[in-house]
Amino acid sequence: MSSVLYDAPGPRAKRRNVFISVIFFALLALLVWFVWDAMNEKNQLEWALWKPFTESQAWTTYLLPGLADTLRAAALAMVIALPLGAVFGIARLSDHLWVRLPAAWVVEFFRAIPVLLLMLFANEAYDRWANLTTEQRQLYAVVTGLVLYNASVLAEVVRAGILALPKGQSEAAKAIGLRKGQTMRIVLLPQAVTAMLPAIVSQLVVIVKDTALGGVMIGFTELLSTRGTLAAAYGNPIASFVVVAIIYIVLNFILTSFASWLEKRLRRSKKSTGAVLSAEDMEELNPAATGGTFGTGAGGSI
Amino acid sequence: MKLRKASAAAAAALVLSLTATACGGGDGDNEGGSGSGGGDKIKIGIKYDQPGLGLKEPDGTFSGFDVDVATYVAKELGYDADQIEFVETKSADRENALKRGDVKFIAATYSITDERKKSVDFAGPYLLAHQDLLVKTDSDITEATDLNGKNLCSVTGSTSAENVKNDFAPKANLKENSGYSECISSLQSGTVDALTTDDSILAGFASQEQYKGQFKLAGLKLSNENYGIGVKKGDTETLNKINAALEKMVSSKAWDKAVTDNFGPANYKNEPAPKIGVIVQ
Amino acid sequence: MFDFLSDYNNPTLLGAFWMTVKLTVISGLGSLIWGTLLAAMRVSPVPLMRGFGTAYVNIVRNIPLTVIIIFTSLGLADVFGVTMGASDFQVRGFRLAILGLVAYTAAFVCEAIRSGINTVPLGQAEAARAIGLTFSQTLRLIILPQAFRAVIGPLANVLIALTKNTTVAAAIGVAEAAYLMKGMIEKEAQVLLIGAVFAFGFVVLTLPTGLLLGWLSKRLAVKR
Repeated sequence: MSSVLYDAPGPRAKRRNVFISVIFFALLALLVWFVWDAMNEKNQLEWALWKPFTESQAWTTYLLPGLADTLRAAALAMVIALPLGAVFGIARLSDHLWVRLPAAWVVEFFRAIPVLLLMLFANEAYDRWANLTTEQRQLYAVVTGLVLYNASVLAEVVRAGILALPKGQSEAAKAIGLRKGQTMRIVLLPQAVTAMLPAIVSQLVVIVKDTALGGVMIGFTELLSTRGTLAAAYGNPIASFVVVAIIYIVLNFILTSFASWLEKRLRRSKKSTGAVLSAEDMEELNPAATGGTFGTGAGGSI
Repeated sequence: MKLRKASAAAAAALVLSLTATACGGGDGDNEGGSGSGGGDKIKIGIKYDQPGLGLKEPDGTFSGFDVDVATYVAKELGYDADQIEFVETKSADRENALKRGDVKFIAATYSITDERKKSVDFAGPYLLAHQDLLVKTDSDITEATDLNGKNLCSVTGSTSAENVKNDFAPKANLKENSGYSECISSLQSGTVDALTTDDSILAGFASQEQYKGQFKLAGLKLSNENYGIGVKKGDTETLNKINAALEKMVSSKAWDKAVTDNFGPANYKNEPAPKIGVIVQ
Repeated sequence: MFDFLSDYNNPTLLGAFWMTVKLTVISGLGSLIWGTLLAAMRVSPVPLMRGFGTAYVNIVRNIPLTVIIIFTSLGLADVFGVTMGASDFQVRGFRLAILGLVAYTAAFVCEAIRSGINTVPLGQAEAARAIGLTFSQTLRLIILPQAFRAVIGPLANVLIALTKNTTVAAAIGVAEAAYLMKGMIEKEAQVLLIGAVFAFGFVVLTLPTGLLLGWLSKRLAVKR
């Protein structure tokens, strides 16, 4: 909608735009030059530091195994968090106060606590009270932290997804004599899941990013952590950081694009009710907007 | 419920990523602890990110003094090089890995301390290291007290920086980085004036190809670090075998070769091979 | 039972949470300013600025905050000499963490504000143009004041997320809550108690923020 904010540029506006563009471009170029110059001065541009990334060994020995662990933790977390989130999301819509209230408390509690603290705590708890190898413990701790937080975020997604369906759906279900459970199971949930898909895929981006916390704080061997081993072998911490950042950007960009492709498809689809929950809806998701009972609306999906 | 195409695509993508990673990363997880040493393999804990001591090389092999010692000891225990499976044991995970029997023994810059002796047994020591400083070749820092008002780098959560601040240079300005290679980078760029940890670790980094000639050790002995081989508490049989192996390694000069191979060029004057069971306080 | 808490004085429990609050408030203000500027760029008539805004948001949103925070220390400070005027590494770490948090959070603030701009009815912008206001006048006087009232809810969520994200500063040694908790649970026996104390601390920090801003967003919502 940005185009309504200004008229189609006339000759003077065009000149002004060109002028601003030139200045802005000059500033950007200056920044790039400064970055380049500083890196050059500190010998960070030496080919020896970047060359390893053109060879297959840097990838097969360090980066790809790390990336595999990142994806494994993220996928596991999503697969566990989704049903858990669905249960809590539906519980928050229950007619019974004694179901609704505890569910709401749990969801609000875990949305208020940093994932990092959840991971640190899980790691220490597993270390003391569970019988796990180091690799298992780190993976479980990371997944536990991610699941606890994301299940409560997904609970809100499920709730919003169900609330976003047209009222006629549950009314029609009632009219043909379906019970509450049946309505939820046969009519509402299947449609809500479809409507939620884009939001769920976007949440995957958040999960992928958060796995990096496990690498730095509890030594889980994900991408950011295997980067450390790589940097020790090649002596290129800065270059390896840049490369790993690019890997994250590409990976998450693919996920984001997939989410918006899904969203577009679902919106176009004639069969659906047209209710779609996008990533942007997620950011706006707060109790005030979705008629929640109480609480912080903590979280958002950063 | 009949999934529509888009939903199916999303589900497929998720499942795919799961299975793909399950094949890619997970091997070796389920082989059991094999802590008993039975079977054909032996699991040994080392560091993956310390050149000169324990490093995962780009071709997937392992190198360093700890690795050489571990390989020699394993051979004496009856395991060939191809029967060894090296496992990464970061500092915080070492006691637990031994306690659980995930690894048979650990050779990972593991200093013998009274605190640690409560939960694990130590064979050796096999190397006497000292806390030292790594500085640029043209640096004029020669003593720990020179660090007052200077910038000092160490790894987050390590004790060596605290030692310097408490005992030698209370006015040192401490930077905590996530790893030693990051500290070296800070040293290279001039952000810090010195990096402190065990001289063996520092020598390993300084003799890496890309850093050759840039750094030197200050040659201080700020502490004594007796590197031992950690074994499960009460596993006296293995302990004795390892001690015998270490003695043989020293007497057969294989120990000297391992030292020159790994710590060569960095102005590192190693201590003579320590006597087994003698801990230098 | 809580005796051990007073054993820690570098930082103390209150000191650590005070650090969390400082990080949150300063980076919150910083990212509000930078995020608004980014949003203005993204809707501006100059294509290059629009491109920059879009690229910035899409890149920064897709990098883990951990990577950004560590990079401020390793890259910005060490290589580019952005020392933030501090030679003491504790102070420098604090300022660099704020820089990283602002850079990251601003991308989300930008998106929130942009979605807020979209809620302002077309007629408002058209009327503004009809009476001859320029782009910046339209934005400053007509669109943003309404947009801000609409985005208090989403911005509250960003602020709460920011509060929790400050824990990542522990990765470069800033002595805030997560840093202290990591030190504590490694040394003390009462893991559950420590977990409860820190969880409580964050609930105390985020709950009122959410309630207050939720109430504010309802009160200030533009009635249409």
